[in-house]
Amino acid sequence: MSRYQDLRKNLFGGTQSNARQFGMIFTLVAIVLLFQILTDGLTLSSGNLIGVVSQYSYILILSIGMLMVIVAGHIDLSVGSVAAFTGIVVAKSMSEWNLPWPVAIAFGLLVGAAIGAWQGFWVAYVGVPAFIVTLAGMLLFRGANQYIGNADTVPVPEGFRKIGAGFLPEVGPDSGYNNLTLLLGLLACAAVVVREWRARQVRQQMGADLAPLWVSAIRLAVMLGVIILATLRFAGGRVGTSLPISGIILAVLVIAYSFYTRNTAGGRHIYAVGGNSRAAELSGVKLRRVNFLVMTNMGVLAALAGMIFVARSAASGPQDGLNWELDAIAAVFIGGAAVSGGLGTVSGSIVGGLVMALLNNGLQLEGVGSDRVQMIKGLVLLLAAALDVLNKKQGRFSVIGSIMRPFQRDQAPPADKTSPPSPEDSTAAKAATTG
Amino acid sequence: MNPGKDTGPAKDAAGGAATNAETGTVLLEMRSITKTFTGVTALAEVNLSVRTGEIHAIVGENGAGKSTLMKVLSGVHPHGTYSGEIIYRGEEVRFGDIRASESAGIVIIHQELALVPGMSITENVFLGNEMRRNGAIDWKGAHHRVLALLKQVGLNEDPDTLVKDIGVGKQQLVEIAKAFAKDVKLLILDEPTAALNEHDSQHLLDLLREFKRQGITSIMISHKLNEIAAVADSITILRDGRTIESLDVEADGVDEDRIVRGMVGRELSSRYPDRTPDIGEVFFEVRDWTVRHPVSAERLVAKHSSFNVRRGEIVGFAGLVGAGRTELAMSLFGRSYGVWESGHAYKDGKEIRLKTVSDAIEHGLAYVSEDRKEIGLNLLDDVKTSIVAAKLSKITQRGVINKFREHEVAGRYRRSLRIKTPTVDVGVGTLSGGNQQKVVLAKWMFTDPDLLILDEPTRGIDVGAKYEIYGIIQRLADQGTGVIVISSELPELIGLCDRIYTVFEGAITGEVPRGEADPELLMKQMTSNKKLATP
Repeated sequence: MSRYQDLRKNLFGGTQSNARQFGMIFTLVAIVLLFQILTDGLTLSSGNLIGVVSQYSYILILSIGMLMVIVAGHIDLSVGSVAAFTGIVVAKSMSEWNLPWPVAIAFGLLVGAAIGAWQGFWVAYVGVPAFIVTLAGMLLFRGANQYIGNADTVPVPEGFRKIGAGFLPEVGPDSGYNNLTLLLGLLACAAVVVREWRARQVRQQMGADLAPLWVSAIRLAVMLGVIILATLRFAGGRVGTSLPISGIILAVLVIAYSFYTRNTAGGRHIYAVGGNSRAAELSGVKLRRVNFLVMTNMGVLAALAGMIFVARSAASGPQDGLNWELDAIAAVFIGGAAVSGGLGTVSGSIVGGLVMALLNNGLQLEGVGSDRVQMIKGLVLLLAAALDVLNKKQGRFSVIGSIMRPFQRDQAPPADKTSPPSPEDSTAAKAATTG
Repeated sequence: MNPGKDTGPAKDAAGGAATNAETGTVLLEMRSITKTFTGVTALAEVNLSVRTGEIHAIVGENGAGKSTLMKVLSGVHPHGTYSGEIIYRGEEVRFGDIRASESAGIVIIHQELALVPGMSITENVFLGNEMRRNGAIDWKGAHHRVLALLKQVGLNEDPDTLVKDIGVGKQQLVEIAKAFAKDVKLLILDEPTAALNEHDSQHLLDLLREFKRQGITSIMISHKLNEIAAVADSITILRDGRTIESLDVEADGVDEDRIVRGMVGRELSSRYPDRTPDIGEVFFEVRDWTVRHPVSAERLVAKHSSFNVRRGEIVGFAGLVGAGRTELAMSLFGRSYGVWESGHAYKDGKEIRLKTVSDAIEHGLAYVSEDRKEIGLNLLDDVKTSIVAAKLSKITQRGVINKFREHEVAGRYRRSLRIKTPTVDVGVGTLSGGNQQKVVLAKWMFTDPDLLILDEPTRGIDVGAKYEIYGIIQRLADQGTGVIVISSELPELIGLCDRIYTVFEGAITGEVPRGEADPELLMKQMTSNKKLATP
């Protein structure tokens, strides 16, 4: 194995690193660098980065839930409407029932859970395809938003706005940076180092092939570099700004859900259901419960996204959450999830979402109109999905296959794929045995 | 509509229409047909000769090559992918695809019917063969034509009825009408009565005799020897991809016993590891288990089945494809198939509830399915996640999967079952069939089963891997696990099992201990519902 392959295989998440994800991180870096140059450094400026996070955090939160829905083999078209509905209900609860804002947030999450459970009931226990159920939900909750709010905007109180537009407070000595953000950055650096060290230890104990030390070192250096750069940017903005609160919420959710999907039985069941529902069922996975919980969870996250948006724009309105479902779905697919379910990661979806966000942001900074931005985003989505499809057909389309091969995970030699089915292949065996 | 360049007989005039006058001449001759699938020989020098106007039966065990032979004939395996020649109506033919063989009047009706459930009988009969007038479908003409066709096949139904609203037996007739719409001269039926009840089967057989009177030649592939003995004029027996013999039913005085002898007459070489069984007490028992078909509620897929398994015993279930063995096993395994009607299961003398798969796993049952790719494995998973998938709780602490343990467990099975894979992190979809099967075995061994049900455990696996899997099965039994093996290969059951139940049309028809199991006896019991007195 060449050094390059070593590096490629181990730089991003060890052996589990998936080809698409590697490609997307690459794309993300390329987009950032491109716009950084085109905008004369505006893209990576503190102000812009802080803006991007607070502007896209709710889409990224949605894409976490959407990833799980899509991995389980479903889709959710209703998230934008659910977010809008929850937003107006929470806003009203504060303005008319005078609920204190922390209670209102809890109430909003409950509303989201209830809506998710409602849709999950139809999907899991009645068996209506999620596409239909959530298409209905999209209409239902959009209408309900306008019915409750009289198609008008409802403002929200100052305290509530913190979750969408708030920043970490300025504390401690005047260092020229936001001290709490610096602290967070420091913690993140420590966590990354500890994690790398422990991962190496575990792999050593397992007797699994260990990445060379220099690869670990490079990986750590890259990650630490990114974290330090980001920390300085987020901490070094205009006084009173920092890493936005919504960004912190997002980060916590990403870590929690990554862990859940990768390291728990519940998370693994989602992949099992999406990968082969019949096999999952015959392995004792409770199909209906998994589908129900996935939809319910999506409702909760949609509610959270809706509240953050309302907090950021200081009021809930009838047009909130329009087309969010499409952005979230696009992020998940760009991030490497399979349309047929069973494949995809939380971190991949976040990268996919960031690609869209930074593309959007960069084009806007360049003064490209929203008409052309939409066209470009559409083409990017199509391209990403097409690469995914061609990736799977690799071997049949030799030209594209050869282009894509560098991005493939180390697998059986390509000759296996082009040759006729092996003797043990089921189709040949069937033809030979059912006679 | 270009049927491809290698079309059937060019000169129709020479052949002429098959009429009663020509009965007895050779209509079809397949000469030394050899077909291989990358190294596996499915057919070796097979010969088949079919006379005009006869009913010709092709019999043989599963895997003997019957379906492959018919696929060669109908162009599914096009000319050039096999060697040998096909002489049809006096000329050599080289079919490039199904359309080519159909335009020559050879129509094959597969076991799985090729009908569109949501379309009417008329639409189905002319599907892909629509009667056109000025570019549009000629519904009036089609209606007249379909009435005549339905009369011919004895189906008394409104042609506008949707196919999904009629029973399987009638659907079969629609399929035959569809063949007749293509002006069939040679009708091939693959297991035509496998899914039919006795009444519908009888009707179909009568129909075949009627076609014979009309001068239509039929080839029938069937496992039901009583039907063959009753209706066929000649029989060709295939075994291991070779023609064993061709019999003339009347002249040779063929009966069921004679066919069975031809089908199974091979030596049972020592393809099974030696073992001295150490059999304990009965610990698992099923009584009066009855299950309905999930869709057509009038069909029983398991009829009052009762059986038991002892500790350390390997119990075989013999039966033909479609006899209901898989259905019985899956319905036991947490009601994964069909609608449970009645029956009880007991373990160690106590009744156990098996309403869900988790119940079944909890009670120590494990089911290795016959179709590992469709329902046995998630092919997107890697080896280690596949192995632990059925009992995650064993490696989970406070809800978190211990990946260290996972890796360790997978590595242990990799070594003990000799799963050929570079690491346990490899995608299970990239492994060969035999190694995938070992992964599935590992997955269920990891659940520590008391009763392991193996459904066709060696299907599509090469000989070496088979031997290893037999060894694994025997090791498990020696450790006290009760094992049920469902297999369509009689030698496998006889070589492996301590006791064999035979199943026919959902009912258990016999129970044969190891010493008395021989292919002829088993074949007899699994092809008829007559209860034989066990000696």
